[in-house]
Amino acid sequence: MLHFYLNNQRIRTDQPAGSTLLDFVRYHQHLKGTKIGCREGDCGACTVLVGELQPDNTVQYQSMTSCLTPLGNAHGKHIVTVEGINAAAGTLTPVQQAIVQEGGSQCGFCTVGFVMSLTGHSLSTQPATSQTGLAAIDGNICRCTGYKSLERATEALTQQLAGRDTEQPLSWLAERQFVPAYFQQIPAQLQALRAEQESQPATNGHSTEAAQVLGGGTDLLVQRPEHLREVPVQLVYDRPGLRGIRQQADGRVVFGAATTAENLRASPLMQALFPHLPDYMKLISSTPIRNMGTVAGNFINASPIGDLTIFFLALNASVTVGVPGKGSRDILLSDLYSGYKTLTKAANEQVLEIHFAAPQAGDCFNFEKVSKRTHLDIASVNSAVWLRVADGFVREARISAGGVGPIPLYLARTSASLVGQEITPETVAAATAIAQSEISPISDVRGSVDYKRLLLRQLLFAHFLRLFPERLTFRELV
Amino acid sequence: MQMPGVIAPASGAPAMNHLDPVRHVRGESQYIDDVPVQQGTLHAVVFESPLAHGRLRAIHVADALNAAGVIRILTAADIPGENQIGGIVPDEPLLAEGHVHFRGQPVALVLAETEHQAQAALHLIRVDIDPLPIITDPRVAAAQGELIVPPRTFRIGDSGAAWSQCAHIFEGEAETGGQEHLYIETQGAYAFPTEMGGVRIISSTQGPTAVQRHTAHVLGIGMHQIEVDVTRLGGGFGGKEDQATPWGALAALGAFVARRPVKLVLDRMADMRMTGKRHPYSSDFRIGLDANLRILAYEATFYQNAGAAADLSPAVLERTLFHATNTYFIPNVTATAYSCRTNLPPNTAFRGFGGPQGMFVVEAAIVRAAEALGVAASEIQRRNLLRENDLFPYRQPAEMCNAGLAWDTAEQVYDLPKLRAEVAAFNQQNEQCKKGLSVMPICFGISFTKTAMNQARALVHIYTDGTVGVSTGAVEMGQGVNTKIAQVAAQTLGISPNRVKVESTNTTRVANTSPSAASATADLNGKATQLACEALRERLLRHACTEYTLHYEGLDIRNEQVLSAGQPADTTWEKLVSSAYWQRVSLTENAHYATPDIHFDPVTNQGYPFAYHVYGTAYTTVTLDCLRGTYTFDAVRIVHDFGESMNPAIDQGQIEGGAVQGIGWMTMEELLYNDEGRLLSNSLNSYKIPDLYSVPQRLDVHFLETPGHPRAVLRSKAVGEPPLMYGIGAYFAVREAIRAFRPAHQPTFSAPITPEKVLLNLYPALAPTATSAVVVSNTAVA
Repeated sequence: MLHFYLNNQRIRTDQPAGSTLLDFVRYHQHLKGTKIGCREGDCGACTVLVGELQPDNTVQYQSMTSCLTPLGNAHGKHIVTVEGINAAAGTLTPVQQAIVQEGGSQCGFCTVGFVMSLTGHSLSTQPATSQTGLAAIDGNICRCTGYKSLERATEALTQQLAGRDTEQPLSWLAERQFVPAYFQQIPAQLQALRAEQESQPATNGHSTEAAQVLGGGTDLLVQRPEHLREVPVQLVYDRPGLRGIRQQADGRVVFGAATTAENLRASPLMQALFPHLPDYMKLISSTPIRNMGTVAGNFINASPIGDLTIFFLALNASVTVGVPGKGSRDILLSDLYSGYKTLTKAANEQVLEIHFAAPQAGDCFNFEKVSKRTHLDIASVNSAVWLRVADGFVREARISAGGVGPIPLYLARTSASLVGQEITPETVAAATAIAQSEISPISDVRGSVDYKRLLLRQLLFAHFLRLFPERLTFRELV
Repeated sequence: MQMPGVIAPASGAPAMNHLDPVRHVRGESQYIDDVPVQQGTLHAVVFESPLAHGRLRAIHVADALNAAGVIRILTAADIPGENQIGGIVPDEPLLAEGHVHFRGQPVALVLAETEHQAQAALHLIRVDIDPLPIITDPRVAAAQGELIVPPRTFRIGDSGAAWSQCAHIFEGEAETGGQEHLYIETQGAYAFPTEMGGVRIISSTQGPTAVQRHTAHVLGIGMHQIEVDVTRLGGGFGGKEDQATPWGALAALGAFVARRPVKLVLDRMADMRMTGKRHPYSSDFRIGLDANLRILAYEATFYQNAGAAADLSPAVLERTLFHATNTYFIPNVTATAYSCRTNLPPNTAFRGFGGPQGMFVVEAAIVRAAEALGVAASEIQRRNLLRENDLFPYRQPAEMCNAGLAWDTAEQVYDLPKLRAEVAAFNQQNEQCKKGLSVMPICFGISFTKTAMNQARALVHIYTDGTVGVSTGAVEMGQGVNTKIAQVAAQTLGISPNRVKVESTNTTRVANTSPSAASATADLNGKATQLACEALRERLLRHACTEYTLHYEGLDIRNEQVLSAGQPADTTWEKLVSSAYWQRVSLTENAHYATPDIHFDPVTNQGYPFAYHVYGTAYTTVTLDCLRGTYTFDAVRIVHDFGESMNPAIDQGQIEGGAVQGIGWMTMEELLYNDEGRLLSNSLNSYKIPDLYSVPQRLDVHFLETPGHPRAVLRSKAVGEPPLMYGIGAYFAVREAIRAFRPAHQPTFSAPITPEKVLLNLYPALAPTATSAVVVSNTAVA
């Protein structure tokens, strides 16, 4: 039995943990405000808010696409659909009013998704800026408006939110009808729910023994929704011990398998190590998908173009895998892939942790990605580079590239060729030439072979131009 | 009465926003999948052809029939009437029979107790198909004589004779890709058997009458037995004009045969695989100019990729010819178009309806000439703009022509020389990034080019409490037509829009409707509403004369008050309506509107097909990252001819949304099929439409001041399709930026200009596959 709150209603359901939150909301609860657009997390029409009890007993809300949210991941949480934020008939919330006033809705089918994303933005504990406002709706696709009206609505809201009480945000928001008053009772209700559940954990369709591991759902619920509805699943998204990002005494950064892309992006530790992290993450999926998708899922999916896989390949990350109760072992990420979508780990081994040596002060890192659409798209080619440089000479180098072979590639020979070399246009050009011999791209919907080869050359140049503007110029390289 | 959707307008014009969003934002607007499911409903899924072309020898359904929950599996043999849904040409079966002609063609319909059961049963159906050769390229189809209809040629002057007058002649090829509609609400219908032996269909269609007519035909019963009801669509863009019909007819077939309600909603990938899109075109052009850059002659040959059946392709083809010269006067034109049959899903209407494809080619020809002659393309564009009474190739004169006004206004409002100087300075100072600027003037004809379709009816009821219900043939799909109709009714009757309800579009209330398409929906249905309301108003005022002993002359209703010679009379709207009822005065009116003056002869290809034309000009500025081949649009600055906009808020939304949709078509929306006719860009993760971050940072819309047009509703011009063509400027802006980086290179005229094409054009020497234009001829003829 799964237990959670849906709007202001306590839910107890025996629907399967691997079914989607979207189907539960629409077809079991008959809440039809949440729409089905694509069932793959690419349109945002089904966006809902998921509120999770924090250690300080506040509830933090994140936007998620309910089409890819396993119902089991709702357990113990507060799920909010548009029906749960609507004010009395005839009045609109400030979010709804802003969209109406600025003409941000035409056919209306995507509109509720925008309403929920912006309501989530209103509930955020971070200061509201124009940038955060737009980021809140970066997973929502609209085919009618061309977005300018939605930008205007977001800007109007951002101004209203400038006055938000940071101490008592919920009462401030409830007074202004951003959310109904019952939101203020939710933290206590979730605490009570947790206390009640500690004695009898959720079991329905969820088993700690099940072979089918399910994390954030962003890949598996796209690929195999029918299967996941039918079989027992082992939910790991909320499992204690699989979250958290820490640095060990030996300098290695360790994080749990259920760490989401958003956890990474928001981590002060990661931001300190990678000052441009927010820029890289903006290129990776969208806000709701980053709230759901786990790093381990990105690795295990084994896509040759996985953004986070490419990112961590350049950092020589390792994954700790294990069979529950039977010990664990480490596999270098660069050894995890044996071929297209095949892994060197055993089927019953699960990812437990991911760890990598933190870059040292002075180390250089960069991530590049080009896709048909810059944001919320799968790369044509992506690449990351980590370099240790002294006096203009490369001491150590690791370069990765995605979309140019059957697996996410660590470019071993390219990397090795740079070691000991001075950073000059010639050495960089020589390295890119070696890279061409390490890759074997195919023509597909993400681009032709010629394009992918050319693009990798350009992205390698981009790494060096970004990192060494004082040593290289664009003209010299291209 | 409270009306949260109404805001004070910036311009002081009508104080009205789009009415529907007040419900949209609360999630209370109902779409097909939101209709409460009636007990006993069966769920239908479609079994599609797995091959693009072949002889269909057998369909094996026995295993699927034995699957849990499966009630029936219907094939062509189960169709009681004729298995035919072709609109213009009867060449499209509802369910495949004998042959399959494209991947995704419906072959069988599975009816089951639940959607999951129906989906599971799909995997148990097998078909025997003997493969036949597959054609995906329109030029190959044309070479093999695979044409949907005979070719059409629009001709004015004598282009053959004019070449000798030209100082400069240029030739080339131009290609535009298809475009997936990507309405966020997928296709669907919900059908209910009626007690009279007919079917009631709730359909997500732009063309309720098309669904009704074809369903009746398929079921072998009268149209009066089929009722189609449409509340609203979650987007249409042309994709639900003709292509909502199969799903409506299939659901109805299921309901008719099984005598139970049948619901059929396509999932996204099925929708993308099975439905047609904007037509890809491959075209040849030849353009000739005199020494003063006046275009003397233009020839174009268009190869339209129609897909496997006619659908609306012949009409789309015709509009390509209507817009082959865009907003330019060219005295000698020969434009020929071939509708080519290929083994792809039948392509269909999409905002612009073939017009954009024609306009892209003439713009390419102009740019080709400008690049060769070393002048700005805008110089050639400007010198050839239509002037009053210039003839289009179809012999209609440009009347109340605003081409020059739009062009000049844009120059003044946005300061073109300054914008150009900024781009030039930026390009001088930057190596890695280059900017490009394009000017895109447009001209778009308003009316269905099939003259008979330019008719509409409105049924208006005034209830005894003074509230009003309006039914028309217009379908609300986000374009705000219901709001405009409510405005027309309220304004004509002199009452508050709060009293007016625009009803669902229903074939039993308003019959024989034209689809909501061709940008003409508000004009046709709005004018019909206006006529009905004028008749009611007159009838009520005549009644007021006798009831309150007033003079008819000088009687008026304003703000729900009856005025006599400008002074309030002793009655209000509510009282007047009530007393009229008791005096047995009819409070219902049904009016018919047919656009006056228009005609067109499809044999001579001459006439006066359009009620009027819409004009405008857009400047597009792009910044190109010449390292990565990616680009962002700095600004699109538009001057648009709205006439006297009756609803600036709605109209601006149409311009913004249309322009961005056009930019998507020209940039990232890449429709890819392989040689087997399989769609590769088959989901939202592989087919990308503009997102929030990819739209121009700035999108300015300036309302051109004009008196409007009398054939437009309340002189407010049609606004649906024209703005899409501003997006064409995006292609040419990116091309400019590429040439700023690599001036000697001439990229092929091939849209969409994806980051892939950009990068390959930036570094042509590093891309073994040729990307540069094959210059067929660059001969100056003496």
